[in-house]
Amino acid sequence: MKTGKIWVLVMAIILGLSMITPAMAQNKVTLLNVSYDPTRELYQAFNKAFADYWFKKTGSVVQVNQSHGGSGKQARAVIDGLDADVVTLALAYDIDAIAQKSGLLPKDWQVRLPNNSAPYTSTIVFLVRKGNPKNIKDWDDLVKPGVSVITPNPKTSGGARWNYLAAWGYALKKWNDDDSKAMEFVKALFKNVPVLDSGARGSTTTFVERKIGDVLIAWENEAYLVVNQLGQGEYEIITPSLSILAEPSVALLDANVDRHHARQIAQAYLEYLYSPQGQEIAAQNYYRPRLQAVAAKYASHFPKVDLITVDKVFGGWQKAQKTHFADKGTFDQIYQVN
Amino acid sequence: MNSRTEPCFVKYLLISVALIFFGLFIVLPLACVFHNAFAKGWVFYLKTLQDPDALAAMRMTLIVALVAVPLNLIFGVAASWAIAKFDFKGKGLLLSFIDLPLSVSPVIAGFIFVLLFGAQGYLGPWLITHNIRIIFAMPGIILATIFVTFPMVARELIPIMKSQGNEEEEAAITLGASGWKTFWLVSVPNIRWGILYGIILCNARAMGEFGAVSVVSGHIRGLTNTLPLHVEILYNEYQSAAAFAAASVLALLAIITLIAKSAIEATIRQGQRQN
Repeated sequence: MKTGKIWVLVMAIILGLSMITPAMAQNKVTLLNVSYDPTRELYQAFNKAFADYWFKKTGSVVQVNQSHGGSGKQARAVIDGLDADVVTLALAYDIDAIAQKSGLLPKDWQVRLPNNSAPYTSTIVFLVRKGNPKNIKDWDDLVKPGVSVITPNPKTSGGARWNYLAAWGYALKKWNDDDSKAMEFVKALFKNVPVLDSGARGSTTTFVERKIGDVLIAWENEAYLVVNQLGQGEYEIITPSLSILAEPSVALLDANVDRHHARQIAQAYLEYLYSPQGQEIAAQNYYRPRLQAVAAKYASHFPKVDLITVDKVFGGWQKAQKTHFADKGTFDQIYQVN
Repeated sequence: MNSRTEPCFVKYLLISVALIFFGLFIVLPLACVFHNAFAKGWVFYLKTLQDPDALAAMRMTLIVALVAVPLNLIFGVAASWAIAKFDFKGKGLLLSFIDLPLSVSPVIAGFIFVLLFGAQGYLGPWLITHNIRIIFAMPGIILATIFVTFPMVARELIPIMKSQGNEEEEAAITLGASGWKTFWLVSVPNIRWGILYGIILCNARAMGEFGAVSVVSGHIRGLTNTLPLHVEILYNEYQSAAAFAAASVLALLAIITLIAKSAIEATIRQGQRQN
């Protein structure tokens, strides 16, 4: 019968495909790193380096699997059961959320690794089109009428929350810590935002591929990626007078690594991020390294900029989240009125 | 024979409107997919399709379809048999429930399974202590696909079975055939083209599903990505040519589906003429 023949064909295709894929090695260890959007290139390079390092050290083969998406969305997936060994997210708050809602790791996770568990830092810069046609120099230029600004949704994107707080921090400094002025400023900025994508990568795609907007507020590393890989000479990076120190945090998830018997390797994986090799890879991917020696070597990548911190200006992420991004926070008030 | 009275220009106007519409909305996008897929040449095209992550995504998509389609086939035949040949209480309700997945947004379909099997869901804690992975793994993807493709086979078969009526089955049973024998020797041969048609539609949807699968997949490269998710990932990594190469595989599937569909329709028409 004809259906029989179709089934034979389908089975043959599957068999063929499974033969192309290499068989799973016997003593291969796998780790799952759940990360946020713009780190794809960083961890592609880092996972390779770590696998080499681990093979030389222990003789066992490690394969690190990656999952990427908006930072908040990824945290939600881990809480819902995505079986990550380590999380490398955009901000400490998202890992706090995992600790609170799922108990997969202790609440004091941030003190377990150096530098607040943030092996590299970044900041927020502007990306504009060639020649900077709207003459954008600083935050003030983003609230001008007729300037179209691209930034992702702070509800789902870690990067977007850094963008939001950087703008707020700039306004606070300009109007001597007047919160109502700051809110007006950020509201005016969001009036200029035509689309809110759910993640930083989505916003970059909107700006670059769909050619929407005059300025993209982006991670420094993402801005460099666009300039170097996508449009040599088509875009320019503008560093504002004031920005925010972004500390993307990393942690291992105790309950998951213990279940997988992978604590030792997960710990080594995170520590390798702090090693000279790891820092070098971070710097090559335009994350600001913590190690002075590496930072000095790549100093030309990272212009000096006045950086505020969430802890000093906003009283930490818990408070910032509650005031600005929780239900009925300032973002909801701003975006509702629009 | 020719009883048409409308002037010639109306005829040509209608035809050209239809053709322009068809070209703009169907042919042009499809051509775009293939044009972009081969933007970097044949060698690059084949190379991206042999990438381990791409192969894993294709394998995942095939396995999911291979599980989801037969299960929905069994359900679809059973349900349409019951609905078309028998009268029972709650028949209307069953009919509306079969249609439910068509009216529910695929994202909701995905979240249903997160709510059920997620770590914070009703069954999640029990599953985790027993080390059973459903969500963010293959079983979850298969479940979401089954949910979304649930009505495909039944929707095809119910009208066919209804139009055929019960006479042949009644004749078989009067002649002493058992219910099982009647089903295999009388009912199934009568609906075999409908079954095949349903399988093809169900398969196309199963392989192409994005929304529901995206929610439950976890997006782990090389492990839980299906072909449509792989296309999105490549696109987000600015690998347009590779993304369109993967998309062209899906487009090819759609074209094969269409050809198979027309082939079956032609066979049915031929069969009817011979009768």
